[in-house]
Order: sequence, then C-alpha cells, then structure tokens
Amino acid sequence: MENAEANANVVAERLRGWNPRAVESAGEAHGETTIVVPRELLRGAAERLREDSELQFNLLSDITCVDRFPVEPRFELNYHLTSIPRGAKIRLRVRVPGDNPAADSVTGVWPGANWMEREIFDLFGVRFNGHPDLRRILLPDDWEGHPLRKDFPVEGFR
Amino acid sequence: MTTVQTATGAAQTMVLNMGPQHPSTHGVLRVLLELDGETVVKAVPDLGYLHTGIEKTCEAKTYSQAITLTDRIDYLAPLSNNLGYCLAVEKLLDLQVPKRAQYIRVLLTEMTRIASHLVWLGTHAIDLGAMSVFLYCFREREEILKIFEMVAGQRMMTSYFRIGGLALEPPTGWLKAVERFVNMMPGRIDEYEDLLTRNRIWLSRTQGIGCISAEDAVALSMTGPTLRAAGLAYDNRKLFPYSSYEEFDFAVPVRTEADCYARYMIRVAEMRESVKIIRQAMAKIPAEGPIKAEAPGIVPPQREKMKTEMEALIYHFKIFTEGFSPAPGEAYVTIESPRGELGVFVASDGSPKPLRVHFRTPSFVNLQALPKLAEGRLIADVVACIGTIDIVLGEVDR
Repeated sequence: MENAEANANVVAERLRGWNPRAVESAGEAHGETTIVVPRELLRGAAERLREDSELQFNLLSDITCVDRFPVEPRFELNYHLTSIPRGAKIRLRVRVPGDNPAADSVTGVWPGANWMEREIFDLFGVRFNGHPDLRRILLPDDWEGHPLRKDFPVEGFR
Repeated sequence: MTTVQTATGAAQTMVLNMGPQHPSTHGVLRVLLELDGETVVKAVPDLGYLHTGIEKTCEAKTYSQAITLTDRIDYLAPLSNNLGYCLAVEKLLDLQVPKRAQYIRVLLTEMTRIASHLVWLGTHAIDLGAMSVFLYCFREREEILKIFEMVAGQRMMTSYFRIGGLALEPPTGWLKAVERFVNMMPGRIDEYEDLLTRNRIWLSRTQGIGCISAEDAVALSMTGPTLRAAGLAYDNRKLFPYSSYEEFDFAVPVRTEADCYARYMIRVAEMRESVKIIRQAMAKIPAEGPIKAEAPGIVPPQREKMKTEMEALIYHFKIFTEGFSPAPGEAYVTIESPRGELGVFVASDGSPKPLRVHFRTPSFVNLQALPKLAEGRLIADVVACIGTIDIVLGEVDR
C-alpha cells in the first residue's frame, strides 16, 4: 500500500505516453489509486491498461456507478482493476453527464464486464455503447425507472 | 416447453426452462436451455428473482446499521460479508483494529469458509446423486453454527463484526469449543473423501466436465476456487493480505484440470488449510486485550464508562441517534470469501449515511461463465456446472 503513489505515477505516465489527454487527474487516497480519464478515451485507456506489459491489469474486479445527483456530471463509473502478475490495483474513473448517460462498453477488453455493465444499465440507466446484450439483468424487463438513482425513492414509489 | 427453429434452420431444438424452482439451481436461478436432444446448444441464465435492493437500502441506513444487511447477501458466509463491509468502512475512516480482534476475525471467517464449503459439498453431492454426504456435511456444519451462536448469539445472521472491531467479547471457554472442532475436523474431511474422491460415479460425473482455461476464466473475471482449479493461484489473502493474513502460514491449493473434479479437490484442500489457519489463530489470540478500536464517536463506549464519564454518554447518544460521518471519499476492499473475490465499495459524501455501497459478489460474476462451461454438454452436466461454480442466489441478486 505504501507504493500506491508510485503506482499512480507509473500508470498515469504510461497512459499519457499513449495519449497526452488520457489522464484528467491521478490521485491517491486510503492507499488506493484513482485515475480519471475522459469519457471518449475510456475504451482506449482500458485496452492500454490491459495490454501494456508494464501494467497488465488483466482482471476486471468490478464496475460500479455512483450517482452524485444533483451535481453534474452526475454519474461516476468506477472500474476496479487488478493486475494479478504485478499484484497491483487501480481504480479507473469516468464521469458521465445526466443528460446523456452513456459510455463505451469495455466488454471487448474484459468479457467479464458484460453482466457488470448490464447491472449498471439496469439500476442506474447508464447505457454502454457497443455492449453485445444490453438488457435489464436484476429487475423485470417492464420495470419503470432505475432504482439506484438518487431521485428514485427508497420506498413509496408506487 | 416449446419447439423453435435454430439460427441455421436445419435442426429442431427445444427450449427448456431450468428453474426458477429447480432443486439443483440452489435457489431461484432460472436457466433457459436450448437443447438438441439432450445436448445443450445454448444456456442463458436469468437472474433477479431474489433481488431485494440491498444496495439501495444501505443508502438509507447509517454505516453501522448496514452491517445487518450484509449478512443477508451471502447467507451461507455471513461473517465474510461482515468482514468485507467493515474493512471497507474502516479503510474509509483510516481506523486501526486491534490485533486481538483481527485474529478473532480471521478465525471466525475461516470457520465460515469451512461451513460454506460444507454446504456446497453436501448439496453438490445431492445434485449428483450421493445423498449421504449431505448428512455428514451438515453434521459438522452444525458444530460450527454452535460456535457462532456461542460467540455472536446467532447461528447464521451473526452481524458479529462491527466497524472498529467486534460486537462483544467472546464468552469464556469458546476456544475450547473451537479446539474440539479443529481436532475433529481433519478426520471428518477424510470421511468425505472416502465417500467421494475415488468414487466411480462421482468421478464420471465430475471429471472432464465444465472445463475452462485460466485465460478465459480471468477474462470473465472469475475468481475463487474456480479460478484456482484452472491453475492460477490468485487468492486475496496472499496477494492483498487483510486482517493480518500475512502473519499466517497456509497454502493456496491449485490444480490444472479446471474441471468440476478439480474444483471439488480444491475446496476439500481449502477446508484443510482453513483448519490450519484456525489452529494458528487460536495460538495467536491474546487471552486479554481490546476487541474494539480506540475511536470515540465511531465505536460505542464501554458500558462502565458511560456511567461515569459525560463524554462517553454523549458519544453513545450521538452514535445511536445520528451515526458517524466519514470524510467524503471512497474505499474499495477485496477479500477472499469462500466463493471468490468479494469486493465492497463504499462511498461517503460526508453524511452519516453512505452515498453508495456496492458489493462485487463472486457468485454474480462467476455465474457469468455458466454458458461457457455448459454449452455443448449434457443437461446433467449443467447441474454439475452450476454446483461447482458454487452460487448463492442471495449474493447473485442482492
């Protein structure tokens, strides 16, 4: 954990080497590294993180969304990546606005993203462009609304 | 049951619903199977029958209240969930848990691992037609639940780990009960192995069934015994140690066959390793010492202090009326639950209730590989595949 800051620097440097605009910010908190990338470069950055021989983030541990309503950009996608060969972790973050909640799918990079993205689509209503099978996964197909959004009430919505 | 044309239009296939009320789906999983005779052409899992909105509910509770919900995610390994959630909140608060509490946590989560693997082994054996193993496994699981009841007052929904430590001091003599258990367990594992490991029916139902390469497994984000059976020794306890696991000496069982039999052998070996860890933890746990972190305002004060100190009384009142407010930020913690990598993401906006709690549950992610394991095989193999992925529907659907 003590080398989290060094980890942030290495990853940010490699990403900047690929595309100078790729890193909006890189930070370290609670021993975790967070790299924020622009929405349009998500797919490319994901490929880099997986393929680059110095990064090798081969395991997509998790994708989650955070709704910061009423702040804009409202949604925040967090990709938690693990490099099994290097024993390192990183959080890749993309901000998604509320008026056009969509991001590129990373199923082509990590096939395991399939259900994770479906879950976020189901519960937050964020669309993933290029997803092979973007359907609701936990809720019924005819469900109205996206329950994990902050403007969806905890109870009494019907 | 319906008859449909395949994509090529050449052969007639049949679509069959397996579940949501099918005994081998271990709950309410529904799998849509497209069959050509008895061969599975396509398998499409359909989830959500047990979705209870736990993540949404967590946002309406204080950080401490949400612990009781974590029990109900993976109801066969409640203490693993408690641990994952508590570690995430503790990370958010930069809280140091006393060593004594950490060792007790390790001991109890390893017992949870054994209990969970026992349920898995028992039900999986029933699925494949070996009834008696179930009775053996539940006999030992009962002993573990008795220890949980002794320590936490609850058999299953323990909620024993709290933010900053443990709920209460374990009762006197509890380690004697643990010792009786660890002395008994290796012999009992031998009994299961006598019944199954060289059993010809067991071998023919599990060997060469449900194979997946390590590369595919990682690409599909599979973790836990399924990944280790494919030859990759990925275990959070070793690679990213938490709760002092780095001080324990244990092996991570790995096999390369990647079939259902390998997963069975891995889990059996893991039970033996867990017994080893429990023994070490028993030796490490100091007889006395704090079980809660020194963090006024977060960890409830001792009863005695409340009666004599004004501040303790105020803290107690504040904690239980309002809760505590971590600084804005996020924390993501992964632990090795019996089923694989359990990730807990907690985000705070500086209020007493979490902005977002997310559980990356191993069952949900691993189940994604079911089509890959089952397609091209017989219906009977689907049962074996679902079994060895080891899903808990409460965890899949949350």
